[in-house]
Amino acid sequence: MTIFSKFKIAALAAGIAFTVALPAAQADEQYFPLQSYRVGPYAAGGTGFFGGFIDYLNLINTRDGGVNGVKLTWSEAETQYEVERGVEAYERLKSNPNVAAWNPLSVGIAYAMIDRITADKVPLITINHGRTDSTDGRVFPYVFPLLLNPYSETSGIVNYIAGKEGGLENLKGKKIVVLYHGSPYGKETIPIYELLAQKYGFELQQIEVPHPGNEQQSQWLTIRRAKPDYVVLRGWGVMNPVALKTAAKTGFPVDHIIGNVWSNSEEDAIPAGEAAKGYTAITTQASGAEYPVVKEIVKTLYDAGKGNLEDKNRIGSVYHNLGIVNGILNVEAIRIAQEKFGKRTLTGDEVRWGFEHLQLDPARVEALGAKGLFHSINVTWDNHEGNGYVTFQQWDGKKWNVVSDWIAPDWALLRPIIEKSSEAYAAEKGIKLRTAEDAETATN
Amino acid sequence: MSVLTADLPVSRSLPGWAGTAALLAVAYVAVPIFGTSYLFEAILLPFLALSLAGLGLNILTGYAGQVSLGSAAFMAVGAFAAFNFNLRVESLPLIASIALAGFAAAAIGLVFGLPSLRLKGFYLAVSTLAAQFFVQWALTKFSWFSNDSASGVIDAPPLSIAGVAFEGPVGRYLFSLTVVTVLTFLAYRLVISQTGRNFIAVRDNETAARIIGVPVLKTKLLAFAISSFIIGVAGVLWAFAYLRTVEPAGFNLDRSFQILFIVIIGGLASIRGAFFGAALIVVFPLVLSRLGSFLLGDIFDSGVLDMSQRIVLGTLIILFLILEPDGLVALWDRVRKRIGTGLRRS
Amino acid sequence: MSDFDWLFFIEVLVGGLLSGVMYSLVAIGFVLIYKTSGVLNFAQGAMLLFAALTFVSLTERGVPFALAFAITFAIMVVIGIAIERTVLRPLTNKPPITLFMATLGLSYVIEGAAQLIWGTQVHGLDLGIEDLPFDVGGVFISQFDIFAAVVAAGMVAALSAFFRYTRIGLGFRAVADDQFAALAIGLRLPWIWATVWAAAGLVALVAGLLWGARVGVQFSLSLIVLKALPVLVLGGFDSILGAIVGGLLIGATEKLAEVYIGEYFGGGIEGWFAYVVALAFLLVRPSGLFGQKLVERV
Repeated sequence: MTIFSKFKIAALAAGIAFTVALPAAQADEQYFPLQSYRVGPYAAGGTGFFGGFIDYLNLINTRDGGVNGVKLTWSEAETQYEVERGVEAYERLKSNPNVAAWNPLSVGIAYAMIDRITADKVPLITINHGRTDSTDGRVFPYVFPLLLNPYSETSGIVNYIAGKEGGLENLKGKKIVVLYHGSPYGKETIPIYELLAQKYGFELQQIEVPHPGNEQQSQWLTIRRAKPDYVVLRGWGVMNPVALKTAAKTGFPVDHIIGNVWSNSEEDAIPAGEAAKGYTAITTQASGAEYPVVKEIVKTLYDAGKGNLEDKNRIGSVYHNLGIVNGILNVEAIRIAQEKFGKRTLTGDEVRWGFEHLQLDPARVEALGAKGLFHSINVTWDNHEGNGYVTFQQWDGKKWNVVSDWIAPDWALLRPIIEKSSEAYAAEKGIKLRTAEDAETATN
Repeated sequence: MSVLTADLPVSRSLPGWAGTAALLAVAYVAVPIFGTSYLFEAILLPFLALSLAGLGLNILTGYAGQVSLGSAAFMAVGAFAAFNFNLRVESLPLIASIALAGFAAAAIGLVFGLPSLRLKGFYLAVSTLAAQFFVQWALTKFSWFSNDSASGVIDAPPLSIAGVAFEGPVGRYLFSLTVVTVLTFLAYRLVISQTGRNFIAVRDNETAARIIGVPVLKTKLLAFAISSFIIGVAGVLWAFAYLRTVEPAGFNLDRSFQILFIVIIGGLASIRGAFFGAALIVVFPLVLSRLGSFLLGDIFDSGVLDMSQRIVLGTLIILFLILEPDGLVALWDRVRKRIGTGLRRS
Repeated sequence: MSDFDWLFFIEVLVGGLLSGVMYSLVAIGFVLIYKTSGVLNFAQGAMLLFAALTFVSLTERGVPFALAFAITFAIMVVIGIAIERTVLRPLTNKPPITLFMATLGLSYVIEGAAQLIWGTQVHGLDLGIEDLPFDVGGVFISQFDIFAAVVAAGMVAALSAFFRYTRIGLGFRAVADDQFAALAIGLRLPWIWATVWAAAGLVALVAGLLWGARVGVQFSLSLIVLKALPVLVLGGFDSILGAIVGGLLIGATEKLAEVYIGEYFGGGIEGWFAYVVALAFLLVRPSGLFGQKLVERV
């Protein structure tokens, strides 16, 4: 199809409708296209996450004048969490120059983008979610499920329960019910729970809640009959508060319910009212506004009326802090890449290199003002998750309080399963596995 | 209110052979040369897939008078069936997978069309919701459908027919365009055939149709099967050519409503209507959102803009239904007529 | 079946019946409008969301319960009348499918407006009813659900009294029976329509509050309508009694099926099972639950 590519330039010049008015390309800028969702069923998560992300980018610009002088820019396109709107936003925003990375915070949109960003050589960040096997950087050079993929989450939760019971060996004979959302997302961890149940000898029952999950009477009655020691809530949206309410209604103790990473926000607990008091959930980033970086955001932005969140009470909420951590990781990846390629606007592929060397030890995290906010990350060319640690927070009726140390998932156990899946994907798609040398070079 | 869609005009003319040929020439030659990747990826590909789905539903709702709220489910069946035929049957050409996917959707459509033998109107419409929820549940529940992929989301295979690969936005556009053109032609032949007249007879007056010897039950089921076939193929285009990924959640109730909107706004019982309606449904929100962020983007954040657009969109739909209940096709014909008389006068 | 756990069975059954009441509550809103205007008002879910969101936002700003209820009710009445005037009246005598689509468009408008005015935050709603289970001879019964059932019963009683003993209510029944005859004897249709929409607004408010207290006040509240639709198919679009009995039947079978049959399918069948129940019932008994003359069901 050379004939078409030949005409591409002519076509662009012809400027057929719907091309975006480009911001005047200035010397040193790094642009973040944001496929945000501030409307629709998941708006609460979207406003918090994108609010935190924008706040951090804004902080870097206001406080430091950008990353080593490179200004950060961004623009938003509303997706309502819908895949085709995400694709439309992708096609619209990608024509902007100096794109650093994509951060959709939506599994569906991320999936539809994998082929596209790989062709365009721009990193796709799916912090705390996304496709587990994209952890394998050999097969997915441009996809980064930073901090925590679904398998690690599963292992982290089981390790936490083991800790409460006094050790992994005490899991034997215990009974755990996993209540999962009836969607591909909800089902993703089924085999991992089964694997861990076999390994540690606990009894396991996995129960599906049909989408959207606003009725759970029968599921909780089944749970009551099963009398498990713990219930793991792998929920989404309205399913979470309803689960907590129905648990109370059927007399299951709420402090034995453990929420996963999509069931861990204020928005999941508040609607359940009293019934949520004592509910515990996993997180990669603690909530609260007492961390230096959050304080600085309040001082620099919110006190000057430039903060992104409409409701100041949400500063330091789970999603807001996730957005801030996401901001830190993006900015640091750029900083690291700049050390290698020069303090200038980077190409997407160069930013990818930066993400593949995104190694922040606890000391560096503290220097960034995020000690206690998140633990550390250690991304390499073939491990795109970066071994994030998890912690657990308990809801006291008003806010979340950290109730555990930082816990490490069992990465060594999970890696072979991930590789098996990613290698199957590579075979199906005819992808050649990348080597460490391939990862070292970046196109500019 | 004996029939939901009573008293609709029957318009079954294509815009003349010359017009059609000119349109196809533009679509096949001019558009690929001048189109940008945004035009293909964000406008034309969803437009083609939704037009075809609208066409399929229009055969059922517009011509045969049976309302369905389960169109997205048949799209899902088509998409997943094509994926599985392609995956599991060695060396099956892609075009055969797509045709088989259409038949799979037709079979499912037939099953969920059975209530139409006893139910009518809204009772039937709500019953078709069973298809919507059941199919989505089954596709999520049984991971065999998604080849046991851990996440349940699957990637579309490369598009190639007889050794010609349809790659890139332009290639996928040409592929979709060809499928849509062929099916549209067949649908046009269908509605002017005896079967098409039977559909209309059943829609307008079931008892009368029975008296003049139309096999009513058979005709209804046939309408469900044909309609689902077309919608199933539309689902393949949606998943393979447009999004390039297949996940059950994308084929939800909102999609079914969207397709119904296309049919109603475009014009019931009209082949062209589906295309008009799809163009409006795809392009209009984009224009609205671009206009909104252009005019007010500095003042409000994207959330406020989007909610305002939702309000505007809803209002316009209502206004449109009040002012032009026969759809864009009627509007189009009126405008053409007026221009025609204007020209003759001068 | 010697070891069949009857206690558990009863618990599931009672839970299902009580959930069914909640479905009926939503279904009644549909029935009121369908009876007089012949419209399947899909915007009922959006109205429910709007009412709950308005109420909760008012109370969070310190407005006392009764006043917030009154204000929200007044707003719902205004909205109902506005819908009748601006949307339905211009569409009189249009095919029902057009009317249905118009209510879909309407739901976009109401959902958009609700979120634009009150924001997209999720809220908890506490009606002051503790949701702890009663223990009745080993069977756990939810206090809140009992309360909801009582409220629903009260509302149905009030509505029936209104339609039986007031002039306007009698007018409503006349219109429901035969629109043209009602017109011919000089009943003022606009008045009756406005009243019905106001009543539907009240139902939306009550259902919105009860559901809001159950699941939290947030966007997904508008999805509750999907639970009411099979109830309508089973009970009939035009029968309040049908909506109640249908709700109870659907609630009970759905829960029993999920618990006892669900495991053979791997669970999660509730989403579509209700529709199958409704369909199966109609195929056996096409005249529906309350054998009225129903053109729509052959």
